Amino acid sequence: MTKKISLVLAALLGFGAISACSDKLAEPTVNVSDKAYYEKFKEDGLSINVYNWGEYIADGSEDEMMNVNAEFEALTGIEVNYTTYATNEELYAKMKGGGADYDIIIPSDYMISRMIKEDMLKPLDYTKIPNAQYIMDSFKNATYDEGDKYSVPYTWGTVGIIYDKEAVTETDIDWDILWNEKYSGQILMFDNPRDAFAIAELILGYSLNTENPDELKKAADKLTQQKPLVQAYVMDEIFDKMGAQEAALAPYYAGDGVTLMKDYEHLGFVVPKSGTNRFVDAICIPKTSGKEDLAHMYINFLCEPEVALANAEYIGYSTPNSVAFENISDEIKNDGISYPDDEYLNNKTTVYKNLSDDANKLMQDLWTAMKSES
Amino acid sequence: MNENTHTHRSLLQKLIAAPYIVWMIVFIIVPLAMVAYFAMTTADGVFTLENIKDVWQYANIFVRSIWLAAIATVICLVIAYPAAYILSRTSASAQSTLLMLVMLPMWMNFLLRTYAWMTILGNNGLINSFLGLFGIDSIKMLNTQGAVVLGMVYNYLPYMILPLYTVMMKIDKSVLEAAHDLGCNGAKTLFKVVMPLSIPGITSGITMVFVPAISTFIISRMLGGGSQLLIGDLIEMQFLGNSYNPNLGSAISLVLMVIVLIIMTVMNQFDAGDDKVLM
Amino acid sequence: MKKISKLYLALLFLFLYAPIFVLIVYSFNESKSKTVFSGFTFDWYIKLFNNELIMTSLGNTLLIAIVASVVSTILGTMAAIGFSKMRKLPRALMMNVNNIPIINPEIVTGVSLMLLFVFFAARMNFEFGMGTLLLAHITFDVPYVVLNVMPKLRQMNPHIYEAAQDLGCNPVKAFFKVVLPEIMPGVLSGFLMSFAYSLDDFVISYFTSGSNSQTLPITIYSMTRRKVSPEINALSTIIFIVVVTVLVVKNILEKRDMKKRNEEILVER
Repeated sequence: MTKKISLVLAALLGFGAISACSDKLAEPTVNVSDKAYYEKFKEDGLSINVYNWGEYIADGSEDEMMNVNAEFEALTGIEVNYTTYATNEELYAKMKGGGADYDIIIPSDYMISRMIKEDMLKPLDYTKIPNAQYIMDSFKNATYDEGDKYSVPYTWGTVGIIYDKEAVTETDIDWDILWNEKYSGQILMFDNPRDAFAIAELILGYSLNTENPDELKKAADKLTQQKPLVQAYVMDEIFDKMGAQEAALAPYYAGDGVTLMKDYEHLGFVVPKSGTNRFVDAICIPKTSGKEDLAHMYINFLCEPEVALANAEYIGYSTPNSVAFENISDEIKNDGISYPDDEYLNNKTTVYKNLSDDANKLMQDLWTAMKSES
Repeated sequence: MNENTHTHRSLLQKLIAAPYIVWMIVFIIVPLAMVAYFAMTTADGVFTLENIKDVWQYANIFVRSIWLAAIATVICLVIAYPAAYILSRTSASAQSTLLMLVMLPMWMNFLLRTYAWMTILGNNGLINSFLGLFGIDSIKMLNTQGAVVLGMVYNYLPYMILPLYTVMMKIDKSVLEAAHDLGCNGAKTLFKVVMPLSIPGITSGITMVFVPAISTFIISRMLGGGSQLLIGDLIEMQFLGNSYNPNLGSAISLVLMVIVLIIMTVMNQFDAGDDKVLM
Repeated sequence: MKKISKLYLALLFLFLYAPIFVLIVYSFNESKSKTVFSGFTFDWYIKLFNNELIMTSLGNTLLIAIVASVVSTILGTMAAIGFSKMRKLPRALMMNVNNIPIINPEIVTGVSLMLLFVFFAARMNFEFGMGTLLLAHITFDVPYVVLNVMPKLRQMNPHIYEAAQDLGCNPVKAFFKVVLPEIMPGVLSGFLMSFAYSLDDFVISYFTSGSNSQTLPITIYSMTRRKVSPEINALSTIIFIVVVTVLVVKNILEKRDMKKRNEEILVER
């Protein structure tokens, strides 16, 4: 019997032993402005916990691609514990009740406001983030975080519709196509309340930041109407589902639309003419973090032009980093998806604001009720 | 040997359980008390029954979960019963191999097993591609209630087979022979002799399938497309998902616990004596 | 009748194994597609072994499973001995509490432990991580050990322990010399069971893990929620092979054991 156990363990450990080799880099390959700054803690054997969206960093998974976290580890000697979430609301829940200790998080604009309001973030020390100078002026002093006290922009973008060119015949695609019965069972929908409500609100002509209970309820009704047509409520699962032609239409973030179009010829992406949400995702340090120095260093690293460019190229999202932007190919700059023209951005896009507690609660309840309906 | 050493011994023997008794209090009793506490307070810690009342709003989710779990349990029973019977009647050497084959998939992580079904059931999945070869239009299978039930059956079927097999193994061959000699044919033996004797297996199989099925939270997300919310999903949403509200989540957990308790009690009524089949 | 039985079992196994074989086949697929098989490759296995996240989570999983099952086995065996000496009523009470984690839906156990840890994390200044995971795993492991050891204790003749002591063994020595060998099969199956449950647990770990203590099931879960890479298929294949090997070896050993025992019995006769 003991023999058996040792066999079990041996087999399992044998599997573990192969794990000795990994994708750790011996030497950093990225060029940074101030190497000494990054090497301060090199020999201390420290680590930080980074909590980011899924598919939201260059991870070296394709040839020639930078592995940002591995570069950071090689450069600074600081180990990165990298985990991912799928929605702002999930991040919020994990921060509020999960007891986890993150040092870096990357919420969107409205969630940053909410976290500031609820005293969940740490003020930043810009002397430790010299690379913040590369952030374009238009992204400074944003309404969600006046004075940039708590956040440094990471990416921005708009929300649009990913569609299968073979299945969708319309040339003029706008939000109402997601309610078109012709595509029943072919539609994927956002699995988070804020983005889903926004689409309903756009169709109904409401503000994306409405707190009016009636309007919120009507938006929820609109979503309930759509439910029979929806194949699945998903987030990053759309990559696989749209790629494998499991579905024909899916509202999603422009950056991921770009990535999908690059990977699959049959997919197209459109930013609806009638208007959309414009978002900024920015890097923050949670109040509970005990590793401010390391966290600032990580933020600074993400703002390195070379790193920002690698990220922008892989994840497809638009960059607020001026030097990275200059180096992005004209093809991407002019495709009208990642960097829509100013006229559209100024007139047709709305940035989410944090809603009042009551409106947030109502939206949440309506969302759960909508999802629970059969 | 005097009385004193005896009491000393038995005291020592009782004390040996003390660490685990403390453990049970801290990690089993207290956490459940906290669920109850959260269920009956607001976010600010004020006593309220609102959360429990709010659970009623989601009655349809409870009904759906119970319904789908019940269907899955019945299907498991129907599939498992003949399987367990056949298994228990094969030769001893074949039995251990076959039993191993039944248990083997249980050792694979259930997320991986469920994920595999996504590949099989999709609109462009294996089944539909196969049907496509014969010019049959693709059938919507993934993201339906049927897919969720399938996922439950697939994941929990071994939990039904094992207890049934265990009780059937215990049925003495001579009893079956006697039934045969007394003129029972195969079917009659099955219904008159094997069935009644296998009731403990049936009841423990039912609980072992029904309880995890009613509280699962991944299967419905992966195979049901997130539009077939089950109780487990609802609880997860309140703690780590899109609608953070641990108080409501606790209230739902409390209700779920009560439902499970009721089911266990009902099932125990059918159980004869303390001849329980665990695992 | 025999043929129908065989056909039935064949269909059953087809149902149980089809999904697993799909995963295995696609782990060798050159393209990332889940539907088209374009060519044979080992790339995904190489990528898998180079995937630091998966490998660290595997390490975490093994570490937790080993520590949790060892601690649980000790704690549970001690508890079972203590319980078996109690009078009927308190023993029944203890066993009922012991069974709670087994009977309770996993998600409720997970959520309740999360509430407990959150409460104390804030007050005692610790963080979610390997520690909380370990506490949670031990909590759901011990009940299985107790359940496995109890029947063996009941079968044991209670007087041999006392006899050993009367013959001059101190209680500890008497335990190791007399009691432990008697209940060993129960202890071992309890250990293996808790090890297996720890390895495979997702739901409870999901609620009690921290930012740097992901176990393999949690990593798999987050993988299924993103762009899925065939690495996950490669991982399934390896896990499958490990499981098959372990079970086959176990089976062979058991059979050999049985044969030996039969022979011994024959010799004795």
